[in-house]
Amino acid sequence: MKGRDLAELALRNLRESVLRNSLTTLGIGVGITSLVALGSLGVGLQNLATDRLAKSGVFDAIYVAPKTRTPGFGREQNPGTNPDTPPVPLDADARQRLAKLPNVVDVYADIRFPTEIHFDGKPYQTVVAGVAELDKTEGAFDSVKGSFFSSAAADEAILQIDFARQLAPQQTDSLIGKELILRYAERQALPPDPGSKDSEPAGFSVVSKDQPLRIVGIVDTDPAGGFGPYGRGRLFIPMQLAERLRATQANDLRDLLRDTPTKRNYESLTVRVAGASKVKDVESAIKNMGFAAYSILDATQALQQVFAVFDIFLLIFGSLALVVASLGVINTLVMAILERRREIGILKALGAADRDVSRLFFVEAGAMGLLGGIIGVILGFVISRAINLGTNFYLARRDLPSISVTAVPWWMIVAAIAFSILVSLAAGMYPASRAARLDPVQALRYE
Amino acid sequence: MTTNPAANSATALRLEQVTRHYHMGDTVVRAADNITLDIGAGEFVALLGSSGSGKSTLMNLMAGLDRPTSGVIFAHDRNLAEMSSEDLARHRTHTIGIVFQAFNLLPRMTLEENVELPLRLAEVDRAERTGRVREVVERVRLTARLTHRPTELSGGEQQRAALARALVNRPTILLADEPTGNLDSSTGDEIMNLLREINESLGMTIVMVTHEQPRAERYAHRLIHMGDGKVLSDGRSR
Repeated sequence: MKGRDLAELALRNLRESVLRNSLTTLGIGVGITSLVALGSLGVGLQNLATDRLAKSGVFDAIYVAPKTRTPGFGREQNPGTNPDTPPVPLDADARQRLAKLPNVVDVYADIRFPTEIHFDGKPYQTVVAGVAELDKTEGAFDSVKGSFFSSAAADEAILQIDFARQLAPQQTDSLIGKELILRYAERQALPPDPGSKDSEPAGFSVVSKDQPLRIVGIVDTDPAGGFGPYGRGRLFIPMQLAERLRATQANDLRDLLRDTPTKRNYESLTVRVAGASKVKDVESAIKNMGFAAYSILDATQALQQVFAVFDIFLLIFGSLALVVASLGVINTLVMAILERRREIGILKALGAADRDVSRLFFVEAGAMGLLGGIIGVILGFVISRAINLGTNFYLARRDLPSISVTAVPWWMIVAAIAFSILVSLAAGMYPASRAARLDPVQALRYE
Repeated sequence: MTTNPAANSATALRLEQVTRHYHMGDTVVRAADNITLDIGAGEFVALLGSSGSGKSTLMNLMAGLDRPTSGVIFAHDRNLAEMSSEDLARHRTHTIGIVFQAFNLLPRMTLEENVELPLRLAEVDRAERTGRVREVVERVRLTARLTHRPTELSGGEQQRAALARALVNRPTILLADEPTGNLDSSTGDEIMNLLREINESLGMTIVMVTHEQPRAERYAHRLIHMGDGKVLSDGRSR
């Protein structure tokens, strides 16, 4: 029998016992609903986690540090090299070489230093972090109240909300536009020692300096969620300004002990790459240059594994309802065989092959699966929206920003309907083969 | 209307030492017991006998709905015993038309849809189907009832519809199992006249199972009496 004739006969049969078939279809629909609702929660939570990381701009960033010979400090060792070979210095030259690597968009120092802020006549201790211009567009400061820095060298500051609450506990928004004084320790080069033939100065001095800044914005969240260069930073200033300040940093004392104490070495550099897909290649190029390199991609792979396991658990629980629904399909079709026994006999007497009969039952099962899948996807979508609404209602009552905890991507819709059809077809296998094996002589005698 | 070219073969059905045994508990029922028969193309044969004589079993074997325990059955020189179940289904679609005592129309389909059903199974093009259905429905004089469901038809009309359904794929052999068993006398005659007309005008081989001796004598060319699964007598009708 041709496909169209088969479909017409199957739909006619389904219409015959409309109540029973509708209930069976609804059963499949409920199974798919639970799958889609739980699946959307899994995907939504995964998106929530990965979006935050992606928005932090850390996906296209590689953190570069000099290789250390001191084991156990978390930095990458250099197992292939002679331990007597000094590590490649991460200095201005290295920075230029890194900037020239293909697909590298920007290279900047990770500038973070402790500071004392003077605001409204009171001192506050905090940590300052330099922010790259790239982050204006890459989402780390998406939720900023006020604005991003007007330029890469502007005397401006963005406050993290916790720090802003310290400055103005009741009305943080009123801080925007106000001035504060940033007091920091500046590193100043000493003049060369006149008694020495060597023109190189013996070190540098550290001087207290004040830098007035205008507050232009406040960020609700911790940019980068604690990862990368902004981790633990509570006051953010433009990167060029941060470099210009020449604030003393943690590794400056180590510079003193080098042969060239005034030549600045970076503790670490951030290399920004043109897209996350290029990170791997650039990372290995940097490692080949003799530096330690680390990217967040390594961490997200582990995160994806965790979510994959989480999704599997959600799908297993969601599938339980579908297992019950598939038993309903088997029951409905077996009942249909009993009811249509004589009809199957007639069909066979008229020339229907066993294959035609089994295909007829398969198409009926598949049609119930298709319809159940569509119903399930619609209901699942509605429930996932409801979960979102409920979550955001709860968050809004606690003055927290709204989020999307569920997501129904197009592939989930296609997969849910395909899965529904597959499960229904699998459930229809036994009834279909039983119908096909029916002895026509016996079936025709059946009243 | 034309019939299958295979009808040109001189023998439509040949049964050689056909037996069909059923097991009922420890008892073996010999529904067909060593039957050898030749039915020529274009013959109108009546299989007569009381209930349990084996005539319906024999008809089911000829239709390919059942397989013999031993022996061979040839339909136009093709051995049914060697056919796969797929081939037997094709045999029923293209070579055999069957009419039942209980009509066996599908109640949820209209007359037109019931008659069209074998054409769907034979995968005949949709464009051709309407014409074929109209042609056979006209032959059984039911054109006015095309859109009616079986429950809206009289017994005679239902059997005529079943006859139209049996003829629509232009088979060469028509098997009729008690075709007048559920009909009153005059309606039964009406059906028998139709069968004779089909036999004479189309040269179609007809094997009819019946227990009505007088009617069989009136319409059939040949009467085969059965009893206990055996052929008791085989002869021309008077």
